[in-house]
Amino acid sequence: MSEVKKNMALTGEPPAALSAGQKGATALGMLGLGVLLLAVFNVHFPNKGLWLSLSLCTMVAGIIWFAQVTYAGKPSGIKNDGVWFKSISSRGLWAWFFALFITGFYVVLYFFPQYLGLVKDGENTGIIALFDPLSKALSGNPASQWFVYGTLYTIAIFAFGIKFIWKYRHNRYEVIRTVSVMFFQTAFAFIIPELMARLNSESWSLPYYDLKNIWPLNYYNFEQYRIDSFISAGTVGTALLIFGILSIFVITPVLTYKYGKRWYCSWVCGCGGLAETAGDPFRQLSDKSVRAWKIERWMVHSVVVFVTIMTTAVVHSYLGEDSGKYWLTRSTFLVGVAAVLTLVFVWAVVFKRDKLQKDARYGAIGFFVVIMTLIGIHLFSGTQQVFLLEAEKLRSSYGFLIGAVFSGVIGVGFYPLMGSRVWCRFGCPMAAILGFQQKLFSKFKISTNGGQCISCGNCSTYCEMGIDVRAYAQKGQNIVRSSCVGCGICSAVCPRGVLKLENDSHKGRVDESPVLLGNADNLLDLLKK
Amino acid sequence: MEHVIIIGNGIAGVTAARHIRKLSDKQITIISKESDHFFSRTALMYIYMGHMKYEHTKPYEDHFWAKNRLELLRDTVLSVNTDTRELQLEKGTVLTYDQLILATGSRPNAFGWPGQNAKGVQGLYSLQDLELLEENTKHTRHAVIVGGGLIGIELAEMLRTRHMDVTMLVREKDFWGGVLPPKEAQLVGRHIREHHIDLRLETELEEILTDEHNQVKAVKTKSGEDISCGFVGLTVGVHPNIGFLQNSPIETDRGILVNRALETNVPGVYAIGDCAQQREAIGERKPVEQVWYTGRMMGETVAQTICGNRMEYAPGPWFNSAKFFDIEYQTYGWVWAKPKENEASLYWEHEDGKKCLRLVYDKDSMRFLGLNAFGLRLRHELCDAWLKKEASIDHVIEALPSANFDPEFYQKHEQDIMRQFSKNLKTAAA
Repeated sequence: MSEVKKNMALTGEPPAALSAGQKGATALGMLGLGVLLLAVFNVHFPNKGLWLSLSLCTMVAGIIWFAQVTYAGKPSGIKNDGVWFKSISSRGLWAWFFALFITGFYVVLYFFPQYLGLVKDGENTGIIALFDPLSKALSGNPASQWFVYGTLYTIAIFAFGIKFIWKYRHNRYEVIRTVSVMFFQTAFAFIIPELMARLNSESWSLPYYDLKNIWPLNYYNFEQYRIDSFISAGTVGTALLIFGILSIFVITPVLTYKYGKRWYCSWVCGCGGLAETAGDPFRQLSDKSVRAWKIERWMVHSVVVFVTIMTTAVVHSYLGEDSGKYWLTRSTFLVGVAAVLTLVFVWAVVFKRDKLQKDARYGAIGFFVVIMTLIGIHLFSGTQQVFLLEAEKLRSSYGFLIGAVFSGVIGVGFYPLMGSRVWCRFGCPMAAILGFQQKLFSKFKISTNGGQCISCGNCSTYCEMGIDVRAYAQKGQNIVRSSCVGCGICSAVCPRGVLKLENDSHKGRVDESPVLLGNADNLLDLLKK
Repeated sequence: MEHVIIIGNGIAGVTAARHIRKLSDKQITIISKESDHFFSRTALMYIYMGHMKYEHTKPYEDHFWAKNRLELLRDTVLSVNTDTRELQLEKGTVLTYDQLILATGSRPNAFGWPGQNAKGVQGLYSLQDLELLEENTKHTRHAVIVGGGLIGIELAEMLRTRHMDVTMLVREKDFWGGVLPPKEAQLVGRHIREHHIDLRLETELEEILTDEHNQVKAVKTKSGEDISCGFVGLTVGVHPNIGFLQNSPIETDRGILVNRALETNVPGVYAIGDCAQQREAIGERKPVEQVWYTGRMMGETVAQTICGNRMEYAPGPWFNSAKFFDIEYQTYGWVWAKPKENEASLYWEHEDGKKCLRLVYDKDSMRFLGLNAFGLRLRHELCDAWLKKEASIDHVIEALPSANFDPEFYQKHEQDIMRQFSKNLKTAAA
């Protein structure tokens, strides 16, 4: 007789409670977190390096142990039992506590770093001091709140990445993709920039540069202090600056053409990396309603407009009237921006209009007119302020509203309430631009399989971007959506093998007359109409 | 304006309604006693397992119905008067129809076992069954499932997620042995046991034993063994839900009898989905088809007829799919548990014992007849085309790689399969 039940309960029960092993693992992880909390409250740790290592290692060990208890003994396959019974993953009390905790953490991190122990021009205290030894080992400098954050972030992606791989070990796409985000976070976002900082000297200093962060995600990349330091760093700096520009205009469109925006959003990006690993238990919380989709389109594209205006204004503000200090002059720059926007706009609205939603078309026209008018007013009126707005004010409000509040506080803080991709979906201008490219000229699509869909809803439920995948699958229509980050989970959870992510030819990519297989050909022809 | 009434808001009835709306302006009313809105019946198991909530199983948002002028009525139809074209509803309303579509689905079978009406004994088909299951299994430690079919294994998977010990009684020599060839059936059987289910093959239910409160306490098998349990799931198939037609002139047998155009003997009354029975079976198909896909296809067909383009139900090549715990199953064309006289097949199984592929062909004409795939995803469109074009088995083997629908980066097995099958074919020819 098979006997699996190990606890003392006399009845069957929903898979909501934690097993003894899971409890132990959670306790171990909390122990590590506890050390950090104590440090926050300025408990003095004698050997900081040792205590930090201990804390980070126990957290990682706790997470890995949890994964082992949860997945190791079971046959490989989809592991969503009890997701909607557990308080933490179904917007229960724990979810609210957790959301409050992370939100609070982000508020302190962004706006009150002194409470974490950041001391300008002096010895750090608190949790930041605890991270000093590690920071000094890497870059030679004392830690900042961003170093603490970066370390914890990387550790989260790493440890929860292992958990995710364990969970989806039967699915090689998920395994390889997760290894990729773990690598890019650890190497590109964490170690390389820290080591780069080591190369800096009095006369020569590179800005902190996470190479995989592309404008407009790193909206600050073209601010004056960065441009100046790129230029001051000679060939290497110039190369980095050129790389930053090429990333926007060449690398991104080419890769998106070939693979869809997933090459970035679910394979490389740090925000995506956290969402796919630590955020995985919350992916089902995204809103799939048509209403949410509408809000999403307006919000995310507004952010694109905002960041475009802001960056243009900022760059404009430090460029001169002649090419003395910078090679580019104010008017050339503005004319250039106008030209690029016009090209993109004409191409999209004239040649690809059938692929745009109606409101997207109206929105594009509206935004285009607004930006052009502003640029025009400036060029012909000769005021110093671009768009009649102060660049600095634009920059600081973008940094506050979008850079801090949206991407951090809400983006991660609301994981347990609105799912793991709130920022990517509603706020990230990079995702919007990649999505625009994906929708209009990529080879990527999610194919549906003939007539096999049973409308069960697993795909839609587990889509972190809130795409109603089923709405397409149950019509037999390929999914070509700008927001799809290509995480592949819809395909994984489909019980009938209906969905396949692929880079295929353009022919038939967008099904104009989808049909479900099954009936005789003459009826199928009628249904296609 | 013509009033079309559809009884039943499952996949058959709702598909019919949607397509009638696409084609016409008729007034459409859908009556259901089960739920306010259409939900995916095949997803019921995921609610119990906590993968989804009921809301997630609804394929359309609630505003869809009003927007498409599909009136929804939550009521039970007590009787149909075909002379006056009236429906008597339980809540007292009388509705008049011009055309009536019966899409009333199924009910779980029970074969007169002693104790089958006891507390803690039930089938699994409707939303109400799921609610009952929730209630019935609250205090269950050991459950017995009677019947080795698709619902049986689903129920087993459901109960296992709640840490119950599950015993499955299966009449056949292998799990789903009436449908699957032995190798596939054994593959599934092994997987069932891997999930710690006590799978009892060639075991039949004799009676269900109850305590003084009429609560199930054990089952007795035909071989005389008592298995104590707090819950019994009866998953020995389903039958058409047609009780309310008893006193109507609509002809029924096991199901509501229909001709190829899905018309009953009464003009203006149609039957589709699980509850319909073809007067003459179509090809190799069963007269009563109880599958999601066929319900949908009949809905698509009858909508044409209702909207003036009389059309016969002419399904293309057979296909179906299921998931047995972690192993996905797809089938295209016909693969019988026991091959017919003229049939031969090629069988490949992966060394992990969880993936396999069987291609069936005609020994004389070498025509491809059908396939079973376990743990492999195949392109429906291609398999369908092979069957429609009566492709040769050689062609199918050669084209196998292009039919792969597994996610990217999955290990590919086609080269292995092709090598083995070509060899087997040569041996068979010699």
